[in-house]
Amino acid sequence: MNLPKYVLARIGFYVFVVIVATAFALPLLWLLLAPFGRQATLAVRIPSEPTLANFVSVFRNAFAMRALFVNSIIQAVGAMLLITAVATLTAYSLSRIRLPGRDMFVYMLILFSSVVTGSAAMVPIFLLIFELGLIDSHTGVILVFTGGLLPVAIFIMRDFMQSLPKSYEESALVNGASTLQMLRHVVLPLTRPGMMVIGIWAFVNVWGSFLIPFILLRSPDRMPAATATYSFYTEAGTPVITLVSAYALLYILPVLALYLFVNWRYGFQFFGGIKS
Amino acid sequence: MRKCVAVLSVLLLLAPVTALFAAGAGEAAEPEDARLNIIIRGVEDGVNHNMVVWILEDVIPAFEERMAEQGRDVRVGLIQFGGSDEALEQQYALDMSVGEGSDIMAFDGFWIPDFVEAGYIEPLDQIAGNAVWDWGGWDVIPEGLREIMGFDGEIYGLGSGTDVRKIYYRTDLFEEAGISLPWQPESWEDVLQTARELQRAGVPSPLQINAGTAMGEATTMQGYFMVLLGAGEHMYDFENNMWYGETQAIHDALEVYRQIYVEEELGNRSIQLAAAGRDQSFEAFREGEIAMLVEGDWFWRSVVAPGSEWEPAAGRDNVVDWAKMPAQQPGAGFNGQDFVSISGGTGFIINPNTSHPELAWELLAFMHDYDMQMAFQDIQPRITVREDIPVQGDPVMSSMAEELLQYSTVRPQLPEYAQISVAAQRMTERVVNEEMTPQEAMEAYAEDLDEIVGSDRVIRE
Amino acid sequence: MDDLTKRGNHILSVRAGVALLVPAFVFIGLFLFFPFIWVFLISFTNRTLLGAAAQDPEFVGLGNYLRLFDFSRWMRSGEFGHSLYLTVIFVIGSLIGQVTLGLAIAFAFNRRRGKLREIIYTLVTLAWILPETAIGFTWTAFLDGRRGTLNAILGAFGIEGVEWLLEFPLLSITVFNIWRGTAFSMLLFSAALGNIRPSYLETADVAGAGPWQRFRDIMFPLISPQFVTALVLVTLWTFNVFTPFLLTGGGPAFGSDIIAIHTYRVAFQFFEFGRGSAIAVIVMTINLILAASYLFGLKRKEVAT
Repeated sequence: MNLPKYVLARIGFYVFVVIVATAFALPLLWLLLAPFGRQATLAVRIPSEPTLANFVSVFRNAFAMRALFVNSIIQAVGAMLLITAVATLTAYSLSRIRLPGRDMFVYMLILFSSVVTGSAAMVPIFLLIFELGLIDSHTGVILVFTGGLLPVAIFIMRDFMQSLPKSYEESALVNGASTLQMLRHVVLPLTRPGMMVIGIWAFVNVWGSFLIPFILLRSPDRMPAATATYSFYTEAGTPVITLVSAYALLYILPVLALYLFVNWRYGFQFFGGIKS
Repeated sequence: MRKCVAVLSVLLLLAPVTALFAAGAGEAAEPEDARLNIIIRGVEDGVNHNMVVWILEDVIPAFEERMAEQGRDVRVGLIQFGGSDEALEQQYALDMSVGEGSDIMAFDGFWIPDFVEAGYIEPLDQIAGNAVWDWGGWDVIPEGLREIMGFDGEIYGLGSGTDVRKIYYRTDLFEEAGISLPWQPESWEDVLQTARELQRAGVPSPLQINAGTAMGEATTMQGYFMVLLGAGEHMYDFENNMWYGETQAIHDALEVYRQIYVEEELGNRSIQLAAAGRDQSFEAFREGEIAMLVEGDWFWRSVVAPGSEWEPAAGRDNVVDWAKMPAQQPGAGFNGQDFVSISGGTGFIINPNTSHPELAWELLAFMHDYDMQMAFQDIQPRITVREDIPVQGDPVMSSMAEELLQYSTVRPQLPEYAQISVAAQRMTERVVNEEMTPQEAMEAYAEDLDEIVGSDRVIRE
Repeated sequence: MDDLTKRGNHILSVRAGVALLVPAFVFIGLFLFFPFIWVFLISFTNRTLLGAAAQDPEFVGLGNYLRLFDFSRWMRSGEFGHSLYLTVIFVIGSLIGQVTLGLAIAFAFNRRRGKLREIIYTLVTLAWILPETAIGFTWTAFLDGRRGTLNAILGAFGIEGVEWLLEFPLLSITVFNIWRGTAFSMLLFSAALGNIRPSYLETADVAGAGPWQRFRDIMFPLISPQFVTALVLVTLWTFNVFTPFLLTGGGPAFGSDIIAIHTYRVAFQFFEFGRGSAIAVIVMTINLILAASYLFGLKRKEVAT
C-alpha cells in the first residue's frame, strides 16, 4: 500500500470513528447532564452551577424510591435467581444425556421464544396471570419473565457446559460420589462463570423491561422503576423533567455497573449467546 | 469464585437500602378499622392541582376526624394519577377486570355504560345497601343531574359537577390586532374572519378547535361536537335511537376543519396530532401563539387559574375572556339555536371490589355534602350538581353558567358511545392530516358506525 | 470424540437427566406454549375488556380475520394493512442500517485493540442494553423540536430544525431503532471476523489485494453464516419491537403505528381483545416463517461444513 492511500485510509477511519462516537453518545448526553441542572429543560447544556438538589427530591419521593430499591430489585433478582437455577439444571442435563434431536430441540425453543414475544403475547399472558390469581404480584411478573427468558438462558448455558471437560465428573463418580454430591461439589463450582453470565443477563433484561410489569401490575406500590419512569415523564403538565432525569440516571446505574464489571472481567463479547 | 463474590457484594450493597425502604413502607402503622383509597387524575402542581389540594387538605382530615369522633380508626389515602384521561380509563379497565382498584374512583360520566356492561361497576344501592337513599344530598340534586353518573335507570356514583363549552380568547392579542372588545361572533364566518385578522397581526396560529385521536375525548367534546352542533345536528338522534352517519351537517363540520387547518392554516395542525397536543395547546395559549381556544370551563377554573403553570404571564383575569360559540349562521345551530354548547359530567364512583362498602359510601357522601362542596368552591368555583351551592366567588364562572346552560346539550349515555367517539376523532384527524377529503372521511366514519351499531342504526341522508 | 460422548452417557442417567428438565418444561409450557395456544382461541371471539363482550364473549369464527383483511379499507390510517406497510419500511430500514453499521464498525476495528475501540464498543453496547424507558426518555429530549440536542446541533450549522417525531415519525423511530440495535450485529461480526485466520489475509496482501477486495473476496464469504444469522434475527426482533412506543405512542395520526404498537393499541387502548389476538396470531405466524427460514439456513450451513 502506498503512502497517500494509507494516509487517506487513516483519515477515513478517524472520520468514521468520530461520526459513530458522536451519533451514539449524543442522545445519552442529555441523560448525564440534565439531572444536575437547576432548570427543567430538554436542552443539553453543561450546568453552570451543578446541583444535587434533584437527587435529593428523588430520594424524598417515596413512590419512586420504593419502585427502584424495592420493587425493581425484588423482580429482577427474583427472576435472575429462578432463571439461573432452572437454566443451569436444564443445560446440564441437555449437555450430559443423549437425547435424539436435542440440538434441534434447543434451537426450536429459542426460536419459539422469539415467536411468542412482545405485545402479541400480552393478551393471553394477562388473562393467564389473572386466572392464576397472580395479577398485581411480584410472583406473576417473575414467572412470566422466567418463561420468556429461559430458552435463551438454556441456549447460552448449554454452550458453556459443552465446553467443560467431563473428566472431573467422571473421577468424582469413580470415587463413589452420588449424583447429587457430584452436582454440588464438582459441577456447580465449574459452572459458576456461566451462571454469572446468565444471571447478569437475566437481571439486566428484567430490570429494563417495561411492558410486562406495566400490564401485570396494578397498584403503584408494586411498580418497578421501568414503569415509574414512564409514568413520570408522561405526566400531564408537571414540571418534573429534571427530577425524572435524575431518577432515570439512578435507574440505569446498575446496568452500567454490571456492564463495566462484565467488560472488565471477561470482555463484553458473544459466548454464542444472544439478547432476547 | 471471586467473580461471584463481586456480584454478590454488589447485590448485598443494595440489600440494606432495600431493607431500609421496605421497613419505611411498613412503618406507617395500619389503622385498626380500615384504610380507603381515592384515585383521581391529578398530581400536585399539575392541571388538576386544586382537586388534589381539596382532597388532601379538606376531605381527608375532616373525614378522618369525623371517624375518630365515632371511635373508628380510618385512614384515607389519595392516589394521584398523572397520565391522560384515556390512560386513566385504561388503568381502570385493567384494574377492574381483575378485581382490583381503589375504593373511590374519580370517573367521567360517559365511561359508565361501558363499565356497567362489562360487569365492572354496580349501582350504589347494590354496593352499600338501601341506606344510600337516606342521604340528604339527594333532595338538592335534580333528577337530570343524577344521571351524570347513571345508566339505564340506575345510579352508580355521585356527580361532582357539570360544565359548558365556549371560546376563550386573549384580549391583549385582540387589542393589538385592533379587534373591538368585548368580542362575540355571530357566525362561523365571524370566527374565521377574526382569526384571519389575528394572523395578519402576527399571531401564528390564532384558532384552536381540537381535532385528532391524540386529544381523545377532548376532541369530541371541545372540537367536533361544538362544530357539529353549530351546523345544526347532534351526533345522535335521541328520538329514533340512531346515529348520524352521512349528512350535510357532518360534511359542513369537516369542511370547516379543513378550512382552519389545511386551507388557511388558521390553526396549528401539529398540535392536533402530537401525543401531548392538548398540553401544547395550553402552552401556546399561554405564550400568545393561540388567541382563541374552544374549551370547557375546567380550562378557566383549573388550567389557566391564577398561579397555575399555564396561566398567561399577564394574569388570567387581565387577558383572558370568553365568547359563546356561534352556530354556522344565526339560527342554524342545533334546535335552531344561535349559539351552542355541550356539557359533560364528572364525579366519583365506588369500586364494587372495595372491602369496606358501607364506609366507602360514607366517604363518598361526605365528599358531596354541603360543607365539602363549599370548601371546593372556595378553592375553585364551578358548576356543581347541588342546587343549594351557587357558583360563587367568580363572576366569570357565574356568567358562563347563566348564559350557556340554556344552550347546552349532552352526550348520549350509551355503551357504544365511547367507540363512536373514537371513530369521530379519527374522522377529524383524517381531514386535518390531509389523508382524506371531508367526503371520504365521512364515508369512512359511517362505515365505522355500521360496524359498531349495525347499518340499520346509521342515518345516511 | 465418539469415545468421550459414550462415556458422557454414564455421568447422568437418563432418568436423572429428564428430572432436571422438568422445571424448564413447566415454565416454558405454561408461560410460552400455553399463551401461544390460547391466543388462537381468543382470536375467534369478540372478547373485549370493556362493554358487554367483556362478560359474555361470543364465538365469531373468522370474523376478526376477515375484518383485518377487509381490503376496501385496510390501508387507512390505524388499520391493519397500513400498520403492516409501516412495519415493512421500518424493518427494512432498521435491517439495512443495523447490519451495515454493525459490519462497518466491526470491520474498522478488526484486529485493533486500545482505548478507541473500547470507547466505541462501550457506547454502542450501552445503547443496546440500557433500560428502554430511560432510553425512550432521553431520545424524546434528543429529538424535541424546540430544545432538543439534534436541532441545536443542526442550528449550529445553519440548518433549521423540525419537530422530528411529528414530521418524520417513521424515520425517527427507524433511526432510533438502528441506534438501539446495532450492537448485536457489531458484536456478532466482530466475533466472526476475529475468527478468520490471519494467514488467509496475509495471502491476500501478498497478492496485492486492496481492502475492499480483501473484504469482498476473503472475509465476506467466511462470515456469511453470521450474516444470515444477523439478517434473520434482526428482522425477527425488529418486527416485534415495542420500544418506539415510548417515543411516539404510535402517532402522530398513526404515523408510526408499527405492528407491535398496533397490536398493543387494539388490545389495550381500544380494548378489543379478540381482534388484538387475531393480529397477534398473524404476527406470530410471520415470526414462525422467519424463524423457520433461520432454522433452514442453519441446517444448510451444517450440511455445508
